Amino acid sequence: MFKDKDRYLSVILITPSILAVLIFIYAFIGWSVRVSLSKWKGLTPDYTFVGLKNYLSLFSDPRFHVDIRNTLIFTGVFVLGSIVLGFLMAVMLDQGLKGEGFFRSLFLFPMAISYIVTGVVWRWLMNPATGSRISGLNLLFSYLHLDFLINKWHTTPTWGMAAIALAAIWQMSGYTMALYLAGLRAIPHELREAAQIDGANEIQIYRHIILPLLAPVTLSALIILGHMSLKVFDLIVAVAGKQLPLDVPAIYMWQTTFDGLFYGRGAAIGILLLVSVAVLIIPYIVYTQKTEVQQ
Amino acid sequence: MKTFRLSKNWLYLPLIAMAIFYLIPMYVMLVTGFKSFAEVDLQTMWNLPKGIHFDNYIEAYKHLAPSLRNSFVMVIPSAIISSLLGSLNGFILAKWKFRGADIIFPFILFGMFIPYQSILIPLVQFMRSVGLTGLLGLAIAHIIYGIPITTLTFRNYYASLPQELLEAAKMDGADMLGIYRYILLPISIPSFVVVLIWQFTSAWNDFLFAVVLTGNQDWPITVALNNMAGSQIIQWNVQMAGSLLAALPTLLVYIFLGRYFLRGLLAGSLKG
Repeated sequence: MFKDKDRYLSVILITPSILAVLIFIYAFIGWSVRVSLSKWKGLTPDYTFVGLKNYLSLFSDPRFHVDIRNTLIFTGVFVLGSIVLGFLMAVMLDQGLKGEGFFRSLFLFPMAISYIVTGVVWRWLMNPATGSRISGLNLLFSYLHLDFLINKWHTTPTWGMAAIALAAIWQMSGYTMALYLAGLRAIPHELREAAQIDGANEIQIYRHIILPLLAPVTLSALIILGHMSLKVFDLIVAVAGKQLPLDVPAIYMWQTTFDGLFYGRGAAIGILLLVSVAVLIIPYIVYTQKTEVQQ
Repeated sequence: MKTFRLSKNWLYLPLIAMAIFYLIPMYVMLVTGFKSFAEVDLQTMWNLPKGIHFDNYIEAYKHLAPSLRNSFVMVIPSAIISSLLGSLNGFILAKWKFRGADIIFPFILFGMFIPYQSILIPLVQFMRSVGLTGLLGLAIAHIIYGIPITTLTFRNYYASLPQELLEAAKMDGADMLGIYRYILLPISIPSFVVVLIWQFTSAWNDFLFAVVLTGNQDWPITVALNNMAGSQIIQWNVQMAGSLLAALPTLLVYIFLGRYFLRGLLAGSLKG
């Protein structure tokens, strides 16, 4: 049915893109793996094979332990916060209120801004100064007589990451809202009406009909937000610079590679990040491609 | 039904509370930006300005003008080229399937999600060895790492088009390029808007590639702003004004083309 000439042409036209992806993604990953297994330290590449030494030393590295703890705190607060907030906003906006479009645009606009801008602004909002130098959100809390809310934000020991997660929630919860809103709009009205006729109240309808139908949306949101939090970098750099208490794998990778010239270790961190993202994302890609075929 | 609706008016309370949460950073950014240098004080940061002054914006612009220009020069061509590539790839993968097309596609998709830390060292080494540093190298990186999402968006769109459309054109003797040029391209303008906006926004907002591939001569805006914020010399009020300047291009795109922006977002979650 297809002409041979067109068949060849289509292969020729897509080849540059496929080659680019092959080289810049897959060959580069392979190259990183090789660096991660080498003792390269310093400006000139040294690919002497050292086995898993770089990985093993990371596992016993206190800084990397801090990174894992920080990533877990960030992921927990950020993912949970964005999903809960996004879901509630979507449900509220799905009630057919006037001004829905306005609120929707407002909740989503931080998505258009870079993490750097968000970070620079939030760093001044989360100013931890106290007493006569109090400012930012703490000052606002004191105006509103909500003094119990005054806190040290990202400079809080151990839980400082939660403050960074708050800025990330500000940026990304609109995205979860958009996902849920699209999911809600896809639920046929007849389903809700049928349940109403059967005597179900609003809460029962959400609990037993809508939430289960939104499970695939929740799964997508969990995976997309989860993999984002593993990669978090810009936001932390912009809020706090590169401070050890707020260290994450991406910052460690950057510092140890480009400031410290420990290329082997930096590559190992990069590969560990890739593996943790792949564990989340590969099943997701397989799943979405399968459901697409079924449709 | 009417009383049913009325009972939901209380929802405006949490909605307005949320709106305030989203607007607080914007409020501080704007209010601070319009204050005169004399008025600026961290302890009065929530007060409205006493008049409209542009001192902060002028000062911020002096620092950021070259990097704003760098960003435009780098972002616009890379958004256009990666959209065109995505459209061509999407067309071939959706409608002109060759053997193995369905196997290749998930491998392209995975590239959308990888943490760039896992390719950063080879990328820098490679770009340096072929002499592609600076804005050109950065633009090329954005084009290549943009291929997965642009291909995905166009492929999903083209896959939704009826096969009969192509069959009819084939009957009339059109070849592959003819079908692409005269049938698909004209009806994919909305998808182009979606993808262009998406690529513009993500390249504009990128920090990681920029920081490893450019030097202080060709810093794009994100790197310049971050360095400005990290410097002890530049006051926080100027940083606020600079943040607004850095955010303005993508914010304007969002304000005027928000609908398309949303579609790009949903495509990025593989939901089409």
